[in-house]
Amino acid sequence: MTESTYRIQGATGEWEVVIGLEVHAQVTSNAKLFSGAATAFGAEPNTQVSLIDAAMPGMLPVPNRECIRQAVRTGMAIDAQINKWSRFDRKNYFYADLPQGYQISQLYHPIVGEGAIDIVLDEKNPQASTKRIGVERIHVEQDAGKLMHDQHPTSSYVDLNRSGVALMEIVSKPDMRSPAEAGAYLSKLRTILRYVGSCDGNMDQGSMRADVNVSVRRPGEEFGTRTETKNVNSVRFVMAVVEHEANRQVDVLEAGGKIVQETRLYDPDRNETRSMRSKEDAHDYRYFPDPDLLPLELDDAFLEACRQSLPELPDAKRARYEGALGLSAYNAATLTADADTARWFEALLAEGARIQKKSEGEVAKASANWLLSELYGALNRIGKSLEDSPVSPEEGAELLALVADGTISGTIAKQVFEIMLETGDKPGKIVEEKGLKQTSDTGAIEAAVAKVLADNGDKVEQYRGGKEALFGFFVGQTMKAMQGKANPQVVNELVKKALAG
Amino acid sequence: MTNLTDLTVAEIRDGFRAGDFSAREVAEGFNANVAAAKALNAFIVETPEKALEAADAADKAKAAGETLGALAGVPIGMKDLFCTQGVQTTAASHMLEGFVPTYESTVSGKLWAAGAGMLGKLNLDQFAMGSSNETSYYGNVISPWRRGGGDNAALAPGGSSGGSSSAISARLCPAATGTDTGGSIRQPAAFTGISGIKPTYGRCSRWGIVAFASSLDQAGPMARTVRDNAILLEVMSGFDPKDSTSLDLAVPQWEANLSSDLKGKKVGIPKEYRPDGLNEEISAMWDRGIAWLKDAGAEVVEVSLPHTKYALPTYYIIAPAEASSNLARYDGVRYGQRDLPDGAGLQDMYAATRAAGFGPEVKRRIMIGTYVLSAGFYDAYYTQAQKVRALIARDFEQAFEKCDLLLTPTAPSASFALGEKQADPLAMYLNDVFTVPASLAGLPAMAVPGGLDSAGLPIGLQIIGKALDEQTVLNAALAIEERSGFTARPDKWW
Repeated sequence: MTESTYRIQGATGEWEVVIGLEVHAQVTSNAKLFSGAATAFGAEPNTQVSLIDAAMPGMLPVPNRECIRQAVRTGMAIDAQINKWSRFDRKNYFYADLPQGYQISQLYHPIVGEGAIDIVLDEKNPQASTKRIGVERIHVEQDAGKLMHDQHPTSSYVDLNRSGVALMEIVSKPDMRSPAEAGAYLSKLRTILRYVGSCDGNMDQGSMRADVNVSVRRPGEEFGTRTETKNVNSVRFVMAVVEHEANRQVDVLEAGGKIVQETRLYDPDRNETRSMRSKEDAHDYRYFPDPDLLPLELDDAFLEACRQSLPELPDAKRARYEGALGLSAYNAATLTADADTARWFEALLAEGARIQKKSEGEVAKASANWLLSELYGALNRIGKSLEDSPVSPEEGAELLALVADGTISGTIAKQVFEIMLETGDKPGKIVEEKGLKQTSDTGAIEAAVAKVLADNGDKVEQYRGGKEALFGFFVGQTMKAMQGKANPQVVNELVKKALAG
Repeated sequence: MTNLTDLTVAEIRDGFRAGDFSAREVAEGFNANVAAAKALNAFIVETPEKALEAADAADKAKAAGETLGALAGVPIGMKDLFCTQGVQTTAASHMLEGFVPTYESTVSGKLWAAGAGMLGKLNLDQFAMGSSNETSYYGNVISPWRRGGGDNAALAPGGSSGGSSSAISARLCPAATGTDTGGSIRQPAAFTGISGIKPTYGRCSRWGIVAFASSLDQAGPMARTVRDNAILLEVMSGFDPKDSTSLDLAVPQWEANLSSDLKGKKVGIPKEYRPDGLNEEISAMWDRGIAWLKDAGAEVVEVSLPHTKYALPTYYIIAPAEASSNLARYDGVRYGQRDLPDGAGLQDMYAATRAAGFGPEVKRRIMIGTYVLSAGFYDAYYTQAQKVRALIARDFEQAFEKCDLLLTPTAPSASFALGEKQADPLAMYLNDVFTVPASLAGLPAMAVPGGLDSAGLPIGLQIIGKALDEQTVLNAALAIEERSGFTARPDKWW
């Protein structure tokens, strides 16, 4: 565990930043929280709306079991207390995107209680830089619709497609102390949600957005007054908001002013936050238990089924990659940071172990290195992601197996990989057709070595005179003469033998 | 020949099946009565064609030898709080004037599926808020009853289901739906000399019924006989997955199990329901009711419901609180009225729409509800009211350890003249004093007529049962019905 040393240097001394995040994550589900309407992103306006979502007279909400299940699984993934008894409350306010005139949420009795998320601040040194961020609660609630102001010169239109979509509000404790910690927390939370499958984590589509609570104080003193910046939709922006808002607050305080508890908006174009409304004109939401809904009671069988359905989570996976698979801390972190990457890696690993008849641990390092350097490099170059990689895990494993069993050298493997990317052919076929199999034919290699030595008599003299660094030169020349297809180990041995002779 | 519109639901059902008359003849008879009774203002929308359509379908089904629904050949009235597909549904408000649902409420859908036909949408207090049917945007409903002695004052049919009660007692329909939040089925039934039952909360789906107070609203039938109520309630009840508060229980065969033999049953008489100053005629009627139930074989015991005096204030916190939130959806954005003054913004549109769309009583309750839920007052009012509500429910549980049902008056007086209590909302709210406790506890309760008072107006009795024990409630009501010999009907003046 680690203590943050991040401080803002003010004119009057050091300030510490205190950050809490309320993250709204859209629950992955085909239907809305209380209606059967679909939830597809980007659909034509008002095509994903049921009578319930439009709050027609006499319509009633019925909780969607899948949304509840996903919230429970999410709670379990952060080791949180799952409340077997929870209840929905109405948050009352008028707005055109809120058809019912209230949002159904959970103020008094949330479905998930306290939990925690461990963040790592330096991936190369995880043990020394881990910090535990408390999660206060997770509750489920309805999303609102969307106003469209650009459709008509004098009126606004309402799109209710999002109205009633299930959100999880994940509320952290004020445990973060720097922009980096806030960023790491949000990234880690996103990773966990994507592992669990309870939210797709697409921040650019609004599936995940954060309300950022920031205050400043003299180190060790009581919490200061906080501001809340609403609907920040990327990790980078969250970090920017913290930094900007903390500095703004320090400026206000050092100028003798007071921080007003208020809601602010972030303008990414100008990288600043602006006041939206102060506490004084905050709504009185008149929360009360929704009388249309019975309390939510979860039984043990349901909870057990939720638990059984959880995948291996990022922290456990990372520990296993480091421990059982023997990967470096950095590689383990990189491979587990995203559920899709880990899934790809594990497919590569499983196939590699199968065709090489080795344990996963034995093929892990080569697999990780190839994925993180060769494959990632290539994908970066051609602007593709792992999901639409032109090379499958099976083909990657085949390529690695050809290197492992000495059929081709590492150098040749790079060439084969390039051809795979271009043609989509299988590595075995490429090696076969292009005649790239490396040779261990000692006769041919000996002949090549003899010719290299004969052609470079002066360098042989120098080597024998003690300039041993020239060894690599002879190996390289031999490989070149063999068009790269010679087994490097055999070349090494034969060059050494010839030079000694 | 018998006047078909004097028949009960059971008589129409059985006579139609026996071939004594056609469903069309019945529907035509009631359509004619409805058309001739404009003076009562019981209907907001008349749908004679719907009644005929259902009747013709019933006649055709019978001719073809098909299985007939439980209500085949029976036309009924539908309180205009139930959303009816393709037929304007207003909740008696200006707010929803012209609103035509694209969907059918679960309860009305069940009635149509059982073969019933719709005579029209019945007037009511606006958003079911009222006890005299004087808050409707579409005008007061007039009771067909008049005081004797040449007093022609227009009387209240009770509320909120005043269109239903007026229409049934005037023979405009043999039965109708009602909804009951604090007495809206039982008090109008008592005022007009008919019967009506509010079943256990959750028996009838609330889906498609314009909401007033969700934790209290419950649909139920109103008709002239106990048997008719049993017939309709069987059709209207049943689990609905679209209503989270719906009870997932089989519907009992209430009609088949009707029995006025109350041997072995204990009737509790709650002493708190006989306050000082209780109307003497109401008190005397109660005593008669006690005697009738004894005669039917029941044993009578005194019980105590100590928190009764808090029921009315509790109700008038909880019901408006829920209403203030339930009625927020009427904002002029998606349906119903919209008042958009020139240059108005969103907030202006809300204000103008709601100012014009809601009547004074609805506004009063929205304001009360908003107040009791507001920061700083929530615990003092709403939280406290919920605690008292739990105590009231516990009162009943404890009473039911000593008895099987309770007998009480339905309303503190017979019907009053329209306008008489309009100026004093608290006097009006007192009408619900005997009906509200059972609503708060979610218990089944029924109004059944007992006789006429000295002015010639009906007064009734209320039976409250244990949760889910509608059968005992119906049976006790039947015992009273058999002994009261109540056959009085209003003289036709309309």
